[in-house]
Amino acid sequence: MKTASLWELMLLFASLSLVAVGGANTVVPEMHRQAVEVGGWMSDGEFANLYAIVRAAPGPNMLISTLIGWEAAGLWGALVATAAMCIPSCLLAYAVSHLWDRYRHKRWRRDVEAGLAPVTVGLVLASAYVLTGAADQSWRAYAVTAATAAVSLATRINALWVLALAGVLGGAGLL
Amino acid sequence: MSERAAAAGTGRVSLGALFSAFLRITLSGFGGTLPWARRTLVDERRWLSEREFVDALSLCQFLPGPNVVNLSIVVGRRFRGAAGALTAFAGLVVAPFLIVLALGALYARYGRLPEIDRILGGISAAAAGLVWAMGLQMAGTFARIPRAVAFALLAALATGLMRWPILPVIAVLAPLSIAAAWRRG
Repeated sequence: MKTASLWELMLLFASLSLVAVGGANTVVPEMHRQAVEVGGWMSDGEFANLYAIVRAAPGPNMLISTLIGWEAAGLWGALVATAAMCIPSCLLAYAVSHLWDRYRHKRWRRDVEAGLAPVTVGLVLASAYVLTGAADQSWRAYAVTAATAAVSLATRINALWVLALAGVLGGAGLL
Repeated sequence: MSERAAAAGTGRVSLGALFSAFLRITLSGFGGTLPWARRTLVDERRWLSEREFVDALSLCQFLPGPNVVNLSIVVGRRFRGAAGALTAFAGLVVAPFLIVLALGALYARYGRLPEIDRILGGISAAAAGLVWAMGLQMAGTFARIPRAVAFALLAALATGLMRWPILPVIAVLAPLSIAAAWRRG
């Protein structure tokens, strides 16, 4: 497998940072294409394993950039890829949120807020639907999804207990 | 907490509290961090009202970049300016950065274990339920406005059921939804 230069990693992830509207998951296919097909930094199976590791770990899924950088160019690669994935979009978010808060009391700003809110919630519900389809292969898994949603809506039980229980059920081969 | 009380609260959140809140969000975030962001910021710390959270997340979703990373910048900046944004971001990213590297090193040494995949499968099923709950809770902010419910359903159907790419869907629905909100005042 080839090694990537830090410059290559920086350019790749900085540009992905600025097109990842809707979250890091939307650019995972492009990361795969660059890392496996274009760059030749890892095999298809290695990429799938790295993505599985990120999803198993706590924290944002954009840390797939960390592991791609690590696999492609070691520890510095991990640092550069992660920083490049975050810094451009963070600077933009900082600048825009400054303006967003400054005009908080304007009428047009309230209309934009009222208009965006349902689209935002629709996207969240869509991601819930997609995640359910990806995770649930049996009626028992669907039951776990539904029960978790119900517990989370109706009680104040710490959902970590629910996640742990679901992990135990999955590990025992019951889902 | 009322909208006004939550909105007036800027400045009373310490840097340490920002760091620990986002550290908690990220370390709880197995299978997705956003439900934990909502739970921590709205239900537990009460730094944002439900409506303010929906608004902040709207901004983060329509901007490029990982949503929860953007959220750390937006929330951190609102309470504590540049230092707050940096602190919230560090709380969110530093610990899981080290964790995935450690797991990556373990994987390189031992390979992938089928038991771990099965456990992960169970956690993913539950994590999807958390996202459903979060979406429904957020929908409560406009549940009595038929126009808004219609746009939420359209966005959900287009990107969920139809799997259309998110960017064109936003480009069409967001302006229409804003125009509709503007006409109704």
